[in-house]
Amino acid sequence: MSADMSTGTSPKSGMATSVIATQRATYLKHLLTQASAAADESGLGLKHLREKAIAQVNARSFPAGRDEEWRFTDLSDMLKLPFERAHAEQAAKINESISESASTPLDLTSVDLASAGSTQSGLTQSGLTQSGLTQSGLAQIEDSYRLTTINGHYVSALSIESRSDHAPVRSDGSDGSDGSDGSDDSAQSEGVVIAPLSQLISDAAYGPQISQIVTDKLAQVQGSGEVFTALNTAGFSDVMVIWLKADQKVEQPIHIVRTSVGESISHLRTLVIAEPHSSCTLVESFIGNSADHLQPRCNNSVTEIVLAEGAQINHIRLQDEGLQTFHIAKTAVSQAANSRYSCTAIDLGGQLSRHHLEVYQAGPQTDTHLYGLSALQGKQLADTHSLLALTYPHSTATQVQKNVVDDRAHAVFNGKVYVSQAAQFTDAAQLNRNLMLSSKARIDTKPELDIVADNVKCAHGATVSQLQADEVFYLQSRGISAEQAQRLLLYGFAMEIVEKISVEPLRQVLGDRITHWAN
Amino acid sequence: MINENAKTILSVRNLHASVEGTEILKGLNFEVKAGEIHAIMGLNGSGKSTFSKVLAGHPDYTVTAGEVIFQGQDLLALEPHERANSGVFLAFQYPLEIPGVSNRDFLRVAYNAHRKARDEEEIDVFDFDDLIEERSEIVKMDVSFLDRSVNEGFSGGEKKRNEILQMALLQPDLAILDETDSGLDIDALKTVSSGVNQLSTPDNATVLITHYQRLLNYIVPDYVHVMAQGRIVKTGGKELALELESRGYDWIVPEEAVV
Repeated sequence: MSADMSTGTSPKSGMATSVIATQRATYLKHLLTQASAAADESGLGLKHLREKAIAQVNARSFPAGRDEEWRFTDLSDMLKLPFERAHAEQAAKINESISESASTPLDLTSVDLASAGSTQSGLTQSGLTQSGLTQSGLAQIEDSYRLTTINGHYVSALSIESRSDHAPVRSDGSDGSDGSDGSDDSAQSEGVVIAPLSQLISDAAYGPQISQIVTDKLAQVQGSGEVFTALNTAGFSDVMVIWLKADQKVEQPIHIVRTSVGESISHLRTLVIAEPHSSCTLVESFIGNSADHLQPRCNNSVTEIVLAEGAQINHIRLQDEGLQTFHIAKTAVSQAANSRYSCTAIDLGGQLSRHHLEVYQAGPQTDTHLYGLSALQGKQLADTHSLLALTYPHSTATQVQKNVVDDRAHAVFNGKVYVSQAAQFTDAAQLNRNLMLSSKARIDTKPELDIVADNVKCAHGATVSQLQADEVFYLQSRGISAEQAQRLLLYGFAMEIVEKISVEPLRQVLGDRITHWAN
Repeated sequence: MINENAKTILSVRNLHASVEGTEILKGLNFEVKAGEIHAIMGLNGSGKSTFSKVLAGHPDYTVTAGEVIFQGQDLLALEPHERANSGVFLAFQYPLEIPGVSNRDFLRVAYNAHRKARDEEEIDVFDFDDLIEERSEIVKMDVSFLDRSVNEGFSGGEKKRNEILQMALLQPDLAILDETDSGLDIDALKTVSSGVNQLSTPDNATVLITHYQRLLNYIVPDYVHVMAQGRIVKTGGKELALELESRGYDWIVPEEAVV
């Protein structure tokens, strides 16, 4: 502080800056203390991994506006909220209450998350918020495989696991094959593990193997030292594990549901291992709890996806958190030769949401498709930071990010594409389209192309526009009012991304959600 | 079909309109009765397309003088969607693409908007599907087009067919077809013309705006008008189109209008 005062031309602002810097350092220390405590309580061990992560956090600072990576996304509001870790008891209580009522579908609306554990129905239709709409929509979908967490703690009563040696496992430990279709599932689930780490390590059949996998794969992708990622590694309570053994093709979507309760910080971790020529559709839903959707909280999520040769993952990511939630997330993907990864990310919720999407090529002839939609209102901010690192030849990559901003909302897109000298014959295209519905809304778009190879096709474009008068007129000339025409155009703009979602019921839930949004 | 006793559908008197301060229509007079098919021909820049857009209510055009009475109503006082719902239909020269909105949804929303404007009950998805599939036959449009985004990736001919499908669905009292023949090959031209002919009744009227006589071989007009400098300068029967085809416009159009 003294150095600032003596050298700064404006001692006052110099002091203010350094006060904030101290505040940031204190805040980060607080988050790390909470993370370490959560790690201790998790009983997962992983001593070496945690220690390394703690060192990484200590070597870094809490992001400030002067950090280029955080230039448009101001986290200073978070500093006022000394989030504490979420305790496991809440999830345990809910787990018990549901087990008693033997509810198997994902009926969060019948679970009173706010009072964490009471069995009475907590939500009425009239009380449904926008994110509640998503929640009730998801409840209509019959998942075959599902892992649900509350504040990062696993809720077995709302989950349907899979382990190699048996068919999907239900909450009560029954094998879930009581239905007539059980035989198909059990044939398919050979070699498919869908379960939380906390349960796998205590399973004699998996314990040793899983520990090895976690040590080999977790936090190994580039960028693991980034401050929030390292905090996550230091503090996750559990890891949702999806492990597809070679040639396993899972037809039914695998759904990971992340919901939260109370004012707290949770570090959510998912690890997906796709062995050679395996495939699946992964759905991650981050849904606010409509009963306390105005409760401030922070969800720091990291999902690591490792695709071996010829593996295919179709990833659908839905962020519809409460409106006071700081949602900070990373999806880190590594793609071996001939693998295919597609991601459709929809951001509708959160006060501030950030999604780092990083795809690293680990072999030639990969195929990558990244689609994203942020639809924001009020004072919401959504930031999509993507990195596509192409370092082997003959890959194709497509990226389309769309943002719609109303009111004073703010969308940020920073899309990096790196094509190294070795990545000859790359065919990549990036497009960012932004629609501004209000003069007070804000868009920051920053495509960054770094292309070293010379024999490649790399197209990119970014547009910011309002609804086109000619399009509105065309609809009006068919009898549709100007207002309804605008809603229809808005719906169309958003649905172009939603349509990429291959899971039909989910696409419908989102279609309804978008219709409500546009209204 | 000319019937002297038919009711007047459209009556345009001394219409003046401008775009960005430039006057395009300069005292246009035009009258259409039920059952009639009119063709408006003329050189580029004569104001044909402007006239069609003014009738539909395009916001870029300002009417500075004159009146337009549509079935006894002051058309210019209505919003574009109200004009459509009262029975005016414009088939666009360049139909717009609406990505992300399926043709089926678009058509249903438009159809229900018409019904609502007439205090009729909205039609449900299933009844609508039956209706639209039946209407699709009028323009020989494959039903797979209904599930594609509106006009997105459609060829020129498919877009024009889609315009006529909308017309078949909304059944306007006055259909204005702006260069519907442009960019059509002969097969598409026949299909589109056949659709328009099927939809033409003694109770409605059609105005064709075209450059070429070719279209008029398939849709035979009762009247042919020549537009120049924002006015109708000559009116005749269908033989006028043939004469224009062989002699050009020089003999009708005032000297200064010929570039």
